[in-house]
Amino acid sequence: MFDDIHPMARKTEARGSAAAASGRHTPADVDGVAASSFLWSTTVLAPSTAVAVALFALLIRLLVSLGPYSGQGTPSMYGDYEAQRHWMEITLHTPTAEWYRNTAANNLSYWGLDYPPLTAYQSLAHAFLINASIPESLALSSSRGFESHKSKLAMRWTVLSSDLLVLFPAAIYFVSVYFRRNVGGDAKGRSSPWFLAMILLNPCLILIDHGHFQYNCISLGLTLGAIAAILSQKEITASILFCLAINHKQMSLYYAPAFFSHLLGKCFRRKNPIFEVLKLGLVVIGIFALVWWPYIHSVQSVMEVNIHVDIVSIEKHFTSLLSLGFLVIHRLAPFERGVFEDYVANFWCSTSMLIKWKRIFTISTMRFICSIATILAFFPSFVQQIKSPSDLGFLYSLLNSSFSFYLFSYQVHEKSILLPLLPASLLALQEPTLFGWLINCSLLSMYPLVCRDKLSLQYGSVLALFALIFYAPHGKQHGRVDKSSTKRVALLTVGLICSAVLHLVYLGLEPPKRYPFLFEALIMSFCFSQFVIYTVYTNIKQWMLLDHSSLKMRVKKDS
Amino acid sequence: MAWLGFASLLLRCLEEQQGRGAAMEEAVWMWAVAACVKALLIPSYRSTDFEVHRHWLALTSSVPLRRWYSDTSAPCCTLDYPPLFAYFQRLLALPATSLGLHPSGLLHLSPSPPSSAPLPVLLYLRLSVIVTDLVFLLAAVRLARRRLPIARRSIVLVLLLWSPALLIVDHIHFQYNGYLLGILLLSLSFLEEGKDLAAGIAFSVLICSKHLFLIAAPLYFVYLLRHYCRGSLWKASGRFLIMGGVVGAVFVAAFGPFFYYGQIQQVLSRLFPFGRGLCHAYWAPNFWVFYIVIDKLLAVVLSKLGFDIPSPEASFTGGLVGNSSHFAVLPQVTPLITFVMVLLSMSPCLIKAFQKPQAKHLIRWVAYAFTCGFMFGWHVHEKASLHFTIPLAVISVDSLNDARHYFLLSIVSCYSMFPLLFEPQEYPIKVLLLTLYAIAMWIGFSSYFKLVVVPAEDKVHNPSTSDREETFIGKFGTIYLLGLLGVELWGQLLHPYIFGSSLPFLPLMMISIYCAIGMVCSWAWQLRQILQRT
Repeated sequence: MFDDIHPMARKTEARGSAAAASGRHTPADVDGVAASSFLWSTTVLAPSTAVAVALFALLIRLLVSLGPYSGQGTPSMYGDYEAQRHWMEITLHTPTAEWYRNTAANNLSYWGLDYPPLTAYQSLAHAFLINASIPESLALSSSRGFESHKSKLAMRWTVLSSDLLVLFPAAIYFVSVYFRRNVGGDAKGRSSPWFLAMILLNPCLILIDHGHFQYNCISLGLTLGAIAAILSQKEITASILFCLAINHKQMSLYYAPAFFSHLLGKCFRRKNPIFEVLKLGLVVIGIFALVWWPYIHSVQSVMEVNIHVDIVSIEKHFTSLLSLGFLVIHRLAPFERGVFEDYVANFWCSTSMLIKWKRIFTISTMRFICSIATILAFFPSFVQQIKSPSDLGFLYSLLNSSFSFYLFSYQVHEKSILLPLLPASLLALQEPTLFGWLINCSLLSMYPLVCRDKLSLQYGSVLALFALIFYAPHGKQHGRVDKSSTKRVALLTVGLICSAVLHLVYLGLEPPKRYPFLFEALIMSFCFSQFVIYTVYTNIKQWMLLDHSSLKMRVKKDS
Repeated sequence: MAWLGFASLLLRCLEEQQGRGAAMEEAVWMWAVAACVKALLIPSYRSTDFEVHRHWLALTSSVPLRRWYSDTSAPCCTLDYPPLFAYFQRLLALPATSLGLHPSGLLHLSPSPPSSAPLPVLLYLRLSVIVTDLVFLLAAVRLARRRLPIARRSIVLVLLLWSPALLIVDHIHFQYNGYLLGILLLSLSFLEEGKDLAAGIAFSVLICSKHLFLIAAPLYFVYLLRHYCRGSLWKASGRFLIMGGVVGAVFVAAFGPFFYYGQIQQVLSRLFPFGRGLCHAYWAPNFWVFYIVIDKLLAVVLSKLGFDIPSPEASFTGGLVGNSSHFAVLPQVTPLITFVMVLLSMSPCLIKAFQKPQAKHLIRWVAYAFTCGFMFGWHVHEKASLHFTIPLAVISVDSLNDARHYFLLSIVSCYSMFPLLFEPQEYPIKVLLLTLYAIAMWIGFSSYFKLVVVPAEDKVHNPSTSDREETFIGKFGTIYLLGLLGVELWGQLLHPYIFGSSLPFLPLMMISIYCAIGMVCSWAWQLRQILQRT
C-alpha cells in the first residue's frame, strides 16, 4: 500500500517528460529552466549551491541556538548542557586515568562521563577553547551549574563548529558520491541541493544538538562519512570512520549489523575473503587500541571504564566482526537502569500500558528478551546484505537495523530516534513521502522533551521550515502528491489529523489526575505504531531490491 | 503539525490554479521561509526601538488622543512618527487587550529595558512585525506579477523577500519598515499599472505614517501633475482637484484631530526636531562623512601650521543626538542648506519626469530621489538606505549593469547596518544573512544573464563560464568588496589586537567612510543612468 512509484515506471515517465521538454523550444521553456535551476539546479551539486544550502543550514542552527538549553536555570542536576560542561571541567582538570574513576574531584553520581573516550577527548579539546576565554565557567567543582550569557554562547559555538567540521563535509561528500555512483537509480529530475537540504535540515537533529544541547552531529557525521566511503568503495576509510563514531557514542552500534553484514557480504564476493575480513578486523582493532590507549595498559582501568561505558558493546562489535555470533549482545545496555527511560516510542514503552514488563520480569531476563527481540528484528535485513550486498540495500539495511534497536533494545532514549532518521534522510529521494512522514512522527515523539526544554517556538519554526523546503516549488520535480494513490493519501491524512490532535491535546489539556502521563503514553503509542508500519515496509522494500537485481541478472543471462 | 498541514493544503490549493497562481505560490513560499527565519529570530537582541514601539502601544491605548504628542511620561520614547503610524499602533494594541496581555506589562506606560521584556510582550511585538510584513508580500507579488518572465520574477521575489537589511532592521533591531516599504511598493505598483489615483492615496498614507518618505514627494508631485493631470485645461484641472481632494482627505484624516485639539504645533515640533545634529551618533554613510573628515583633517593641518583653530573636541565621535554640530574650518551646515542641496541634486529626475512622465522609468526616479535624500539630508540614519535599495531590487534584472549595481549596493547598504547589532551573539547571524544573500544574488544573476542576455555569438566565442563570472562584478567591484572585507577584519581582529579598547570609534568611522565611498559611487551611477537612459 505504501509502494512508491515503481522504479521502471519512474524511468519511463522521466524519459517521457524529458522528451516533452525537448519538444518545446519556446522562450517560456527557457525561462522555466532558469526558474527551476535558479534555486534547485538539478543533479549536479555546483559548489555555489552546495555552499548556499550549507550556509542556510548553519544559519538555522545558529538561530535555534538562540533559544534555551536543557535544564537552563533548574538547579541541583540541571540537564545535558550541564553534563557536557561538567565533562569539559573534569577532562581539563583531572588526569586521563581518573576520568572514569570516582575520585574526590570526580563524583560519578553527578553527571559521570558515560560515553567512550573519544567524547572525553572532544570535551577536552573544547575545554581548552573555552578555558582560554572564560576560565571561571570550567573551574574545578566551583563551576557546577555555571550559567552565563557568555558561556552559553561559547558552548553553543563549540557544537556549531563541530557540526560544521564533521557533519557538513560528510553530507556534501555523501551527496556527491550518491549522484556520481548513481545510487538511487535513474537520476533524472532529482535535485541534489534539495537532497542536501533534506540531510542537513533534519529538524530533530537541529533541535537536539542546538536546542537541547548535545554533540550527536559528531557521531552521526562520522557515520555518514563512513557510509559515503562505503558507497565509494573505500572500505578501510569507512571502517576507520565508523570505529571513531562508535568511540564517540556507543549508540552508533545501532548501525553495526548493517556495516558488518554489508562488508562481510562484499568480502565473500572477493578472491580471498578471509584476508579481506582480517584486513578490516586489523583496522578496527588498531583504531580501538589508539582511542583506548590511555586505558589499555592495565586491565584494571579498562574494567573501570567498563562499568560506566559499556565496553561490552565494543566487545560485541569485535565478536560480531569475527562472526562469533551474538553471545554477548545481551550485555549491550547499561545494567543499572530500567528497560526504558521517560517515554519512548518503542515496543516496551508502548506496550507497558497493557503488559507491565518491569513487574513481570527481572532485569536480567528482560535484557535477554530485549536482545532476542532486537536480533530477530534486524535479522532479515542482516541476511539480505550478506546474501546480496548493494549500495541501495546498504542504506535500507542501515535504516532497518537502527530501527530494530530503537524499537526493541534495552534502555532507549527518545533522542535515539536520530539514529534511524539519518539513513531515512539518505533515502529521501527513494522514499520522499515516507521520509516527510517519519520526520513528522519523530518530532511528535520528541514533543514532550521539547516542551520540557521550552523550545516550542523553535520546534514550530523548524518543523514549518522543513515542510516548506520539503514541498519547495521546483524542489523535487516529482509531483508525489498528485501521483500517490488515494489509499495512501487517506492514510497519511488520518495520520496527520491524529498527530495534530495529539499536539493540541498535549498543549491544551490537563491530563486526568489518576494518569498524569496519559498523553505522553498516547503520543508514544501512536508514534510506535507509525514506526512499526514504516520499518515493516522498508524491510519488505529491502528484500524486493534483491528480487529486482536477481531479476535483472536473469534477464541479462537470457539475452 | 498544523503548520505542515496548512502549508501542504495551501500549496495544494495553489497548485490547482497554476499559471496565474504560480507567482503567488512562489512568493508565498518565499515569504513563509523568511517568516520561519523571522520566528526563530524572536529571542534575539532588540534595540531601544523595541521599547519605544512598546511604549507607543501603551501610549496610544491608554492616553487620550489629544495628549499623544504632548505626553512626556517616558522621555526616552516620545511619539515622533506622524499620526497614521500612531493610529496603526492603536490598532495593534486592540487585540492585546482581548488576548489578556494586560498583566504582562505590554500596555504599561512606565519604561522597562528591552532586554528584559517578558515572553508574551516579546512574542506579541515580534509577531506583529512578521504579520504586518504581509503588506510587503502583497506589494512584492503585485510588482513581480507585472514583470512577466518567470526567471526574472523569481529573482525579484528573492531579492525583495529575503533582503538581509530588512531582516536586520525589522526583525532583530526592531522597526516596522517592512510594512512601510510595503506601502511604498504598493504605490509604485499602482503607478506602473497606471492607477495614479490609488498611487497618490498610497503615497500620502505613507507620508502620514513616516515622514522620512517625504523626500520623494516632489517627484510624485511632478509626475502625477504631468501624468495624471494631462489633457485639456478643464480635464486637467478637474483631475488636479480630484487628486488634491483625495490626498487632502488622507492628510485631514491623519492630522485633523490634532488640529481640532490645537495640538498641531506640538505634532510638527515632534516630527521635525531640527535641534538634532547633522549626523547621527553613528554616521550614516553619505556625503557629510567626507565633509566632516575633510574638516577634521584641515583643522589638524592648519593648527600644525600655526593657525589658531578652535577645536570642538570629539564633537562628531561622541554621539551627537541633541545638539547641533560645529565645524572647525569649513562653513557651518544648516538644515536649510541640506534641504536646498537635496532639491538641487534631485532636480535632474524632476526635470525628466516633467518632460516625459513615463511609468517605466518611475522606480528608477523614485529610488534616485531617495538616494539624494540619503546623501545630502539632515540627520540621516543608516536605515534610510533601505528606501532606495528595496525599490532598486525591483529593477535589478532589467540589465546586466543594473544587476551589477544592485549587487554591490545591496551589500554596501546591508554592511553599513552591521554596527546596529554589536553583540557577539548576533555577529555570525548578520554575517551569514549577508553572505547567503550575496550567494543567492550571484547564482540568480549569473544564471539569468547567462541564459537570456548574453547573445549567441558571445556564447560561441566565450564558452567557458569562468570568464563571464569574472566580469560579473568587474575589477572595481572585486577590489571594493575585498576592501570591505578588509575593513571588517580590521574592526573585528586587528583593531582590538593593536589598540585594545582605546579609540573605539575608529572601526565605526572606517565603516562609515568606506561605505560612503560606495554610496557616492552608487549615487553618481544612478544619476548617469537617469541622464542617459530616461
